[in-house]
Amino acid sequence: MTQPLDIMVETPSQTAGPYVHIGCIPTFAGVEGVYPEDLGLSPIEDDAQGEVITIVGSIYDGTGWAMRDAMFESWQADAAGVYPGQDGADPKVTGFCRFAADKDTGEFTLRTIKPGSVKGRNGQVFAPHISIWIVARGINIGLNTRIYFDDEDNSADPLLARIEQRPRVDTLIAKKTGDGTYRFDIRLQGEGETVFLDL
Amino acid sequence: MTDTAALMPRRREVHPDPYYTDYKTSITRSPSLPLLSMESTPSEETGPRFGHNMLGALDNNLISNYSQGKALAVGERIRVHGRVLDELGRPVPHTLVEIWQANAGGRYRHIKDTYFAPLDPNFGGCGRTITDENGHYEFMTIRPGAYPWPNRANDWRPMHIHFSIFGHAFGQRLISQMYFQGDPLIDLCPIAATVRDRSQLDRLVAPLDMQNSRGMDYLAYKFDIVLRGRRQTMFENKPEGM
Ligand SMILES: [Fe+2]
Repeated sequence: MTQPLDIMVETPSQTAGPYVHIGCIPTFAGVEGVYPEDLGLSPIEDDAQGEVITIVGSIYDGTGWAMRDAMFESWQADAAGVYPGQDGADPKVTGFCRFAADKDTGEFTLRTIKPGSVKGRNGQVFAPHISIWIVARGINIGLNTRIYFDDEDNSADPLLARIEQRPRVDTLIAKKTGDGTYRFDIRLQGEGETVFLDL
Repeated sequence: MTDTAALMPRRREVHPDPYYTDYKTSITRSPSLPLLSMESTPSEETGPRFGHNMLGALDNNLISNYSQGKALAVGERIRVHGRVLDELGRPVPHTLVEIWQANAGGRYRHIKDTYFAPLDPNFGGCGRTITDENGHYEFMTIRPGAYPWPNRANDWRPMHIHFSIFGHAFGQRLISQMYFQGDPLIDLCPIAATVRDRSQLDRLVAPLDMQNSRGMDYLAYKFDIVLRGRRQTMFENKPEGM
């Protein structure tokens, strides 16, 4: 026998199910009047510093079908790479957004500002990125991934450097489609499967 | 120990298998390649914070929040309460907890729910609260009904309440479900069974809590939630190898 470790275990996840919108974005789901507005409608307020960008994409299941029922959350730093709550953060950047796949087309849209590069421990510097968390019916534990940008220098990013199969790096990089607009598609399974994260 | 310390790695073995054939939708919605694992970074160690001032007075009362207090929802009145803790057993104060559920007949107020159990005109099905300084939260609601769902030919969800919890770091983000003590449908449910280890599934089953029930008013159920903790060390701020 030894001393007990006295460490508890995280509560097991369960799927968010098909009705996650009722709990997280009820007004979007048609449950109106309980809250004044849905949480996380925008990650920025007017006058946030930085370049305003719009990221559009879809999330595809293993058959290539664009899922209509997924819900996403994003979390990001401000234009200087400072996270909300940290010293010196841009007060106009809340950093958090909730958005859902369109129920008819499956397309999602995230309007935000381009974040700056982020300093980690031991001198690590991460290229500008937005963290994404995905839940839906059939997803038993929320999936984490990141959006990087194809017009930034991603060559020294410590997370991207960990991806052994170099073509897969591409799955985390949004492609510029115009002035301030990007495309970012997510593939849950199979050919071109997005790199999902455990960190 | 600070809010910038690394998160303890997620213990995937206590969580559901992403791919579980009895839950058919998971077959095409589960990654087939391994997750990319590495130590958490500031992107996971920070997270959104929400203030108590965003809450309305009825936000955590699903019996009356849809009608804004004008009428009460139909069903068995229950109080659901508990604490949000981290893996070190410490309370997680001031963190947002959101719930959603079916009405007493097992019907959701959602365009995709076509079950013929009727909607309750006084039940919306969502609620939220923020834990106090000791990590406590509570909701008043009605006990949701079990409901059938299209999976295998005759699958029923046990009575359950969906929970969404933030913690203080984006990497702590968690969605789960609370079940009710004694519900025989738990053992038959393929979604509950995605948690392979029965002792872990038991942690999602809230016990009846008569001591916190109120006579002639409501029954109580207790549901504690544990989020990922942070590694405790004084060595984090030194350059690597020193
Ligand atoms: Fe449900």
